[in-house]
Parts: sequence; C-alpha cells; structure tokens
Amino acid sequence: MSLIRKTAAELGALIAAGEVSAAEVAEAHLDRMAEVEPKVKAFLHIDRETTLEQARAVDDRLRAGEKLGPLAGVPIAHKDIFTTRDMPTTAASKILQGWHPPYDATVTRRLREAGLVILGKTNLDEFAMGSSTENSAYQLTHNPWDLTRVPGGSSGGSSAAVAAYEAPLSTGTDTGGSIRQPASVTGIVGMKPTYGGSSRYGLIAFASSLDTPGPFARNVLDAALLQEAFSGHDPMDSTSIDAPVPSVVEAARNGDVAGMRIGVVREFAGGEGAQPGVLARFNEAVELLESLGAKVVEVSCPSFASALPAYYLIAPSECSSNLARFDAMRYGLRVGDDGTRSAEEVMALTRAAGFGPEVKRRIMLGTYALSSGYYDAYYGQAQKVRTVIAREFEAAYHQVDVLISPTTPTTAFPIGERADDPMAMYLADLYTIPSNLTGNAAISVPCGLADEDGLPVGLQIMAPVLGDDRCYRVGAAVEKALESRWGGSLLAKAPAL
Amino acid sequence: MSAITRDEVAHLARLSRLALTDDELDHYATQLDAIIESVAKVAEVAAEDVPPSSHALPLTNVFRPDEVRQSLTPEQALSGAPAVEDDRFRVPRILGEEA
Repeated sequence: MSLIRKTAAELGALIAAGEVSAAEVAEAHLDRMAEVEPKVKAFLHIDRETTLEQARAVDDRLRAGEKLGPLAGVPIAHKDIFTTRDMPTTAASKILQGWHPPYDATVTRRLREAGLVILGKTNLDEFAMGSSTENSAYQLTHNPWDLTRVPGGSSGGSSAAVAAYEAPLSTGTDTGGSIRQPASVTGIVGMKPTYGGSSRYGLIAFASSLDTPGPFARNVLDAALLQEAFSGHDPMDSTSIDAPVPSVVEAARNGDVAGMRIGVVREFAGGEGAQPGVLARFNEAVELLESLGAKVVEVSCPSFASALPAYYLIAPSECSSNLARFDAMRYGLRVGDDGTRSAEEVMALTRAAGFGPEVKRRIMLGTYALSSGYYDAYYGQAQKVRTVIAREFEAAYHQVDVLISPTTPTTAFPIGERADDPMAMYLADLYTIPSNLTGNAAISVPCGLADEDGLPVGLQIMAPVLGDDRCYRVGAAVEKALESRWGGSLLAKAPAL
Repeated sequence: MSAITRDEVAHLARLSRLALTDDELDHYATQLDAIIESVAKVAEVAAEDVPPSSHALPLTNVFRPDEVRQSLTPEQALSGAPAVEDDRFRVPRILGEEA
C-alpha cells in the first residue's frame, strides 16, 4: 500500500522501526499535494524544502536515539490560524498577508517537539468565521468527494487535505463547529476537545471563550493520538485546564459501548430543516449502537434551539473586541499612510481594505450587541441563555454518558449556494454550537453516505467537560462496526481525484 | 419594521474603525437587519432569574510569579511592523492638528 494511504499510527510505527524514513514519508505526501492541489486547493502555504529539512532533522533525532512519541516523523497540515515561526500565518485574511510570526503556537511547538513534520498551512474562512471556507481572502477549497461542493468550514483546508490523502493528520479550531462540520462533510474524523484542554496560545483569536484547537484524521485512533500529542496544561493560556488529559488513546483502542447510556437529542433528530439522507444514516447509527449493547434513550433539550442565536451574539461580540488588535500599527497591513492622514483614518482605511465582508459583518454585529442600550437585550440575554443550555446539558448527563445527533443538518452544499445568505450559512452549525457554549467535548465520525447525493454524513457524539475519552470510545465502536459492514473506510468509497 | 437603520450601521462602522462606502453601508444595513431580527429570538428563552455565563468553565484569574523571563527581542517584535524608526513602531500622527 502506498505511504499516503496509511494511517498515522502505521506511519509512526514504520518510521520508528526504521523501515521508512520521515523524509520519504514527507516526500510521498508532497508529491501527492503537487498532484491534487490544483483541484483541491487545500493549502495556502507549501514550502517543500522547509518540510524536507524538518523531516531530515527528525530522522537525525531518531538515529541519535532520541525518544520521541508515536507520531514522530508523521506529516501534518496546520490550519493557517496557528502561528508557525518558519512559515507565514495569515488567518486567510489580507490584513495579515505575508506576516511571519516570531513565535510558535503551543500546539505547533508541541507537535514539532513530538517529531511531527509540517507539510504546510491550510485554507480557512477568514479568521475562522464561516462554514464553507468560501470566506477565505485567497482561494476556494474544493470538497474531494465532489469538487463543485464546499469542504465545510471554517477548517475546510484541513478537512480537504486529510480527505484527499494529502496529509494523514491536520489541526483545526472549533468555535461553533469548525472542526466537526468540515469533518462530517468530507467523511473523516474531527474532534472538538473540552474547552481549555488544548492551548489557545498562538492561535489567532476569534471568540476567546469558545475557540478550541482540535485534530482531524481519517480514523478515530489517529485523531486520539494527535489530540494526546498537543494537549495538556499550558501556563501561556490562562484558560488552560490544569488537570490530566483524558485517556483518549486508550478509549480509541477500546471502543466498547456495552452498557453505556446514550441519549438521542430529540430536538436535533426530529428532522426540521434536516436532509432525509442525513436522518436515515443517523437512525441507522442509533440502531447500531443498540445492537452493540448500548442503552439508547431519548433526551429533550428544548433550549438547544436557542443556542444558534445566542452564539451569533456571543461570538461576534468577542470577535469585535479581539479583532481590534488589527490596528495597522504593529504588524500586518497598513493602508493610506501618506503623511496627511491621522492614525485613526489609517486604521479605518486599513481595516476596510484588509477585512472581508463576513468579518466586517461580525465586527459590526458584535459592536451593536455590546453597545449601551442594547447590551442587556442582546449580549446579556445571550449569556443567560448560555447558562440555561449548560443546565440542560447537565441534566442530560445525569441520565446518560453521551449525547448523539447528526453533526450537520445537510451534506456538503454546492460552492456559492449560501455565499450571499449569511443566515442560511449559519444554520450549518445548528447541531454543533451547543457544545461550544458549554465547553463540552464532541466528535464527528463518518456514519455513511446520504442516498440523495452520495455524500458523507457525520455522527456527532457529545460528552461532558473532560469526558473526551467517551467521545473516542463511542466513536471507535461505531467506526469498527461500520467499517466491517462497508469492508473498509468510508473514504475508500470516494471517487478518485 | 427594520431592527437597524442605515444611519445606525454608519455609526457602528465608525465605532468599528471601518471606512465603508455608501454602497457597502446599504448592503450591510439589509444584512444586519435580517441577522439581528433572527438573533433577537434569544429573548424567547425565559431566563430572568438565571445568572449570565461569560465562560464555559468556572475558572478564576490565574497568576504567576513576577519573574523576568525570556521574551521577544526588539528585532523580533518589530519584524512585522508596517513602519519602524529607531527601534520603535512608527505610527501616523495621533493628535488632531500640527502640534
């Protein structure tokens, strides 16, 4: 089997055993990228020499007997919102075009230390604001299953790269579903760890109380190995949790759901606005879990429907504050500084030229929600709704170990279909947002193809804070049972690129 | 009835330091109006007696000892600056008129 089709765990084992070098593995993936990137366009920055240098350095470390983790030498693609000191970081925004960060994000630093080799930086919706990666200021990324469709978003470059076998692993960030939704629509695994379980240091901020770095992979075990490699307390992030990382790798290897209590979220399984093929695959997954010995019950969380409007007040409010740092003074773009204009005028001209339409919309929406006279009705009320949703989750987790739902209401939609309709775009995150508001762990695993369009459907598994291992345990059980039914991975059914 | 007027959007753009054109103001006024009408549904949740959550986890402020540690050099800190003079960020004038 060619190197690009292998799992990350297999590649790590081959490299550790000296059967193949990290440089050879990197080269195979760089070749694949050269072949399919013209169609997929998952990457914003590729630098073959830098990648090969990193790989050769890992080979040297291994030859010198250095003890590295199970993913040493395995290549990875990073969402271009994590700072990297040897590659540009743009957040897919013109305002950061050509910026070379002077430091590494904790996630990228830890993965370098563990011996992972960076293949490049992947495309995203500008500042991670979007659900289709169409809001990138640079390029459209195409879904490897159907090049006329979106790869999801905001981490759409990372999902497409893994689904197109350009990278075995990638990183993403999930603020309202930006890992789980793209994973779902490209037929791969994507995990939003517990908020605070993975460090935000060096992650360009969108909504700080929600932003969560997490892994993409083609299978549950690989995702767990990656999460374990970058997780853990970070003194550089004041919201980082100082507690042991849940044993996610062990859970991914275990995959036993016998006796587990699983709750179906009634409000997200009823079908309103959902595609029939998505619901059909979801219902089959429910039956499958029962057949594996889980006890499935229905759980009602009536306020989850209000999570979407609450999120679209909270996230823009935080974004309007966070993006104030792009002031044209210390880094990034500066426009109109002709010696006659004031700093304030230069700032306004730069931000108008450097930010795209969705970013401007959210900055203004957040500014509105936080302004005096509206604060209580909008931001204040949204924060209360956040509490109500947290209480419903808490009550649900008294009854069950995990909650499940489809990851998204529909499969991948056509490029351009929702680009001019912000509200239609926002609905893509309907089922994923509640877990962001409460910091819960949640994963998306492939559960089949929709009958109408033959495109991937994802199953979302949600667990309480620091219950990440439960997501992996249930995800592994579903994956194992479905892959034996399919005779291989879901991705094996994707058309050749 | 519209939730937000074009004049209000112009005010928000000023507060947000976004120099928008007249066409953009018209465009955003329509879109923000639809979005605000939709997000206003948060009011439907009965939450009078509920405390607000600003955060997902019950975290309090974190402190560390006030010790000198390694940080960016001036060269690194200035490496992405649009304009630099004498090891400092050079910025456009910040006062109203010639001082």
